[in-house]
Amino acid sequence: MKQLNPSHVRPSFPFARAPEQDGAPNHHPVVIVGGGMVGQTIALDLIRKGVPVVVLEQGETVSIGSRSLCQAKRTLEIWDRLGAAEWMVDKGVQWNIGKVFHRDGLLYEFNLLPEDGHQMPAFVNLQQYHMEEHLLEKLAAAGGAVRWRHRCVGIENRPDGATVQVETPEGAYTLTCDWLIACDGAKSGIRRQLGLDFDGKVFEDKFLITDVRMTAPFPAERWFWFEPPFHPGQTALLHRQADDIWRIDLQLGWDADSEAEKAPERVVPRIQALLGHDNFELEWISVYVFQCRTLSRYVHDRVIFAGDAAHQVSPFGARGGNAGVQDADNLCWKLKLVLDGRAPASLLESYNDERLYAAHENILNSTRATDFMTPKSEASRRMRDTVLAMAADWPFARAMVNSGRLSVPAHLVDSVLNTPDADSFAAVVAPGSPASDAPIARAGADDWFLHAIGDRFAVLTTAADAPATLDIEGEAVPVLTVGRDLVDTQGLLARRYDLKPGTTYLFRPDQHVAARWRAFDPAAIGAAMTRAMGKAGGQSKTEGAAHAA
Amino acid sequence: MLLERDNRLEQPDSFYAGLIAAHDGLSLEQSADLNFRLLLILANQIGRHDVLQAAIAAAREGVTA
Repeated sequence: MKQLNPSHVRPSFPFARAPEQDGAPNHHPVVIVGGGMVGQTIALDLIRKGVPVVVLEQGETVSIGSRSLCQAKRTLEIWDRLGAAEWMVDKGVQWNIGKVFHRDGLLYEFNLLPEDGHQMPAFVNLQQYHMEEHLLEKLAAAGGAVRWRHRCVGIENRPDGATVQVETPEGAYTLTCDWLIACDGAKSGIRRQLGLDFDGKVFEDKFLITDVRMTAPFPAERWFWFEPPFHPGQTALLHRQADDIWRIDLQLGWDADSEAEKAPERVVPRIQALLGHDNFELEWISVYVFQCRTLSRYVHDRVIFAGDAAHQVSPFGARGGNAGVQDADNLCWKLKLVLDGRAPASLLESYNDERLYAAHENILNSTRATDFMTPKSEASRRMRDTVLAMAADWPFARAMVNSGRLSVPAHLVDSVLNTPDADSFAAVVAPGSPASDAPIARAGADDWFLHAIGDRFAVLTTAADAPATLDIEGEAVPVLTVGRDLVDTQGLLARRYDLKPGTTYLFRPDQHVAARWRAFDPAAIGAAMTRAMGKAGGQSKTEGAAHAA
Repeated sequence: MLLERDNRLEQPDSFYAGLIAAHDGLSLEQSADLNFRLLLILANQIGRHDVLQAAIAAAREGVTA
C-alpha cells in the first residue's frame, strides 16, 4: 500500500540567539510576528524601503504542502515590484483557462486573461513552500532574516508602541517596537492575546486536500467537477503545480471523519478513481473545514493585522494568500511614510478601511461559491441542481454556476485617499483601481508599464510640456510623459487609460490610481498626492473607532 | 429564437444569492409556493404571450413526467 512519500524536503532553519539576548538595544521600529508568505513579503518590502524589521517565527521551516498554490496576476505584479516574481513565474505553472464539468460532461470553460499585453499571466501555480523559500532568499539578499523558533508569548499594546515577550530555546527576551505587524496565520496568537474575535461563519463541510506526484497528460488548466462519476454527489478540483505535482481537492461532506480520511488507504482509492490509474505518489494529505470570517478592524493601536490572522476565506477563488500579499502591498508604503514622519498615523486607518473593503469582497465571493458547492437547504440544493442541469443547453445558466470566482484585486473606489473624478473617462482604471499593465518601450528597450511607475508616487501624462519631476511633499515625483519617457508601442496604454492629449494620472506607491485628470495641473497633482498621504481630504470613516478594541 | 439563451442577468452571482436567501427558513412546500409566486411576477414582467409559451415549452422539455 502507498504511504506518504514526499519529494520535497523542507529545510530546517537553525535557531540563532537574538542580539537582544546578549545586551543589544531592544527597541525596533517594526516587529513582524509570523514568518510565512505574508510576513516575508512585508519584511522584504519594508527592508527595500529602508525600514529595518525583526521577524519572529515560532516554527523552523516553510509551509508543509502546497496550500496557497494559485498566485494571482496582481500578486505576481507585487512580487515583481519586490524583485521576486521572475523565478516564480519560471518555476511555476502558468494558466489562464478553467474548465467546469458536471457529471461526465464539460459544461463550459473560461479564460481569466482574455486580452494580451500583460507581463504576468492570470495565475501561476506554485507550491507555497517554493514561494516561501524564494522569498527567504530575496529577504536574505536584501539584508533581512527570519528569527526561527522565536515565539511571541506575550504582548502589551499601547497607543504609542508595543512590548513583546519572546521565548526561545535559549531563554526569553523582551522587544519594544513602534509598530507590530501580526501575520501569524489563521490561529494567530497575537489575535488571541489581544482578545479579538472574528465575525463570520464556518461552513459545514470538509474537504480532502492532497498533493500527488505523477506525470500526466492533462493541460495546465483548472479543472472543477460537480458530481463527477468518480466522486458521486460531491465536488473535485484539479490543479497542475511545479515538479510534476498535482493538487487535488475532494469534497467530503460534513459528516466525514477528518482523521480517518487522512489515512493513505482511504485517500489512494479516491485519487485512483479520479485519475483512472494508481501510477502516482502521495506528497501531502490534509482535511480542511473552511471558514469565511474577518476581524472587524485590522489596526488596533500599534498592532496591525494582515493575512490569515486578519481574515480567512474558503480556498475556491484563490483569495487567501493573494489577499495577504495585497495586504502587504497596501500597508508597507503607508507605514514607511508614517515612520518617516511624513504622514500622520491616521494614514494607517486607510489600510484598515481599504483592506477591510477587499476582505468583505473576498468573503462575499468565497461565501457564494461555497454556498453553491454545499447548498444549505433542500430548496437551495434543488435550485443548484437545476442550474447545473440546464447549464449545458442554456448558456445563461453557466453564469450562475459557481466553482469559485477567482481572485482579482479590489478596486478601492470608496477610499478616502482617492481624489474623485472631476473629468469624464471611459477607462475602468478609476481612482482606487490597481494600475493596468501594458507593453511599452523605455530607453529603446521593450518594457512594461508597471515597471515604469515602480514603487513610489508617479505621474503619467500625455501633456507635451510637462517637467521631468514635480516637487511635492519634499519628494521628486517622476512625471512619465508618453512619447518622451516611454513609448506606447502597441497603443494599449492609450486604450487602457483612455488617454487623450493632456490626460494625467497620479499613481500611489502600491500602483493604485490616486487621481486622474484631462489636463496636466501641478497644483491639482500636489493636492491629490497630499490627500493620498492621508494629510487632507477628510478623516477616515472609522476614525472614531480607532481605539475601540 | 423567441428565447434568449445567453446570459442577460446584470449580476448573476448576486441574483442567485438573493434567490437562495429568500428560501431561508422555508419548508420545501413553502419554497415551492415562493417559486410559483416569483414565476407569476416574472411572467407578468415579460408580458409577451409568445415568449411565455416558448418558455413554458422549453422548461417542460427538461422535466420528465
